[in-house]
Amino acid sequence: METLEQLKTRIEAAAPGAQVDIVPNGCPASQPSLLLDGGHARAVAQFLRDDPTLAFDYASNVTGVDWPEKTIKEKIKVKKTVEGVEKEVEEVCERKTPAYLEAVYHLYSMARKHGPLILRLRTENRADRVALPSLTPVWRSCEFQEREIFDLYGIVFEGHPDLRRLLMWPEFTDHPMRKDYVEADDYEYEPTPHEEVLAKARKHYPGGTPA
Amino acid sequence: MIDEGLRNELSRQGVVTTTMEELYNWGRKNSLWPLQFGLACCAIEMIATSMARFDIARFGAEVFRPSPRQADLMIVAGTVTKKMAPQIVRLYNQMPEPKYVIAMGVCAISGGPFKEGYNVLKGIDRYIPVDVHIPGCPPRPEALLQALMTLQEKIDHQHLTGEKRARHLDAAAPGEFPIPEFGKHDLEPPNNPALWQPPPMMRTE
Repeated sequence: METLEQLKTRIEAAAPGAQVDIVPNGCPASQPSLLLDGGHARAVAQFLRDDPTLAFDYASNVTGVDWPEKTIKEKIKVKKTVEGVEKEVEEVCERKTPAYLEAVYHLYSMARKHGPLILRLRTENRADRVALPSLTPVWRSCEFQEREIFDLYGIVFEGHPDLRRLLMWPEFTDHPMRKDYVEADDYEYEPTPHEEVLAKARKHYPGGTPA
Repeated sequence: MIDEGLRNELSRQGVVTTTMEELYNWGRKNSLWPLQFGLACCAIEMIATSMARFDIARFGAEVFRPSPRQADLMIVAGTVTKKMAPQIVRLYNQMPEPKYVIAMGVCAISGGPFKEGYNVLKGIDRYIPVDVHIPGCPPRPEALLQALMTLQEKIDHQHLTGEKRARHLDAAAPGEFPIPEFGKHDLEPPNNPALWQPPPMMRTE
């Protein structure tokens, strides 16, 4: 298979206006992925499936990731003039990462026997603008997995043929896999107690727990 | 009641004496028909128990019925998810009296390894009365047979009349329990307080 850089130029030629970024991966597996913009994702997916040399005919896995806003403190060296002398000074600067929900698609080609190609789609935020285009019209196998992401992360897939909750009941309003999910207070004590469980047990047993 | 010595003497002579209570309990305990349903991996052990190697037929409980109307025993074999819990309670309500429940495996008892999960009921005894609990993950078929024998013993000691009569003979005791409803965040109510209270904490020092 061609490199991601080559693929990026080809995608940009095939789907005019599409914005494709290569997301590097720092972990030992170092599998970089392609970040697509929501507006052109369907056209890019169509291209990846129908191009004869790529022929990504199988979406093996779709998953969600929740990225809440997070403050990162960094030390950066800044050149400053201190008392007339130019010096390198370390400054701590804080920056906030954007908050968004992400859908990750793993594509393989059965015909060409290559893969995986990893696609990422990001929502604008994780509160009210959580819509992404559904890729189910391109790969049928995304149907249940997008429903699961809708259920557990709350990403709304536009163009999905049957977007309902998959695992939880329809009356349920939360998204349990989000980092800020508050679980129901439905058990009192757990035999392998640790911090959160102990705090919970203390609430139910004000007289004290055995641990 | 017949004198124990006289009874032994009679049985040595080939005369069988019994009471209505003994006969009734003997009949019931040796024909417990379980409801045929499984929820998770414990169900595989339950199926193994019903096959020739462990052979639950030795205890008269091999007749797994696909309808709650014909079943006496509910074996809750596996993890009860919150989405499934109302159906379990509904099936229990549809079973005719006398009816019994075995909670098979740690999931059915308390949620087990999934106790901190958002979608798992932390023990079926929060909604329906359980007669025998079997620990294990999953329990071996021998453990299920042990539970069945324990239940048989329990049935054998039930009384037909008096203060301590069996639950199904007590008109005041409920045979049906409220079915929980799907709420916005959890089942509503999260347990049946008339049936289940958080267990007391004890210090063992």
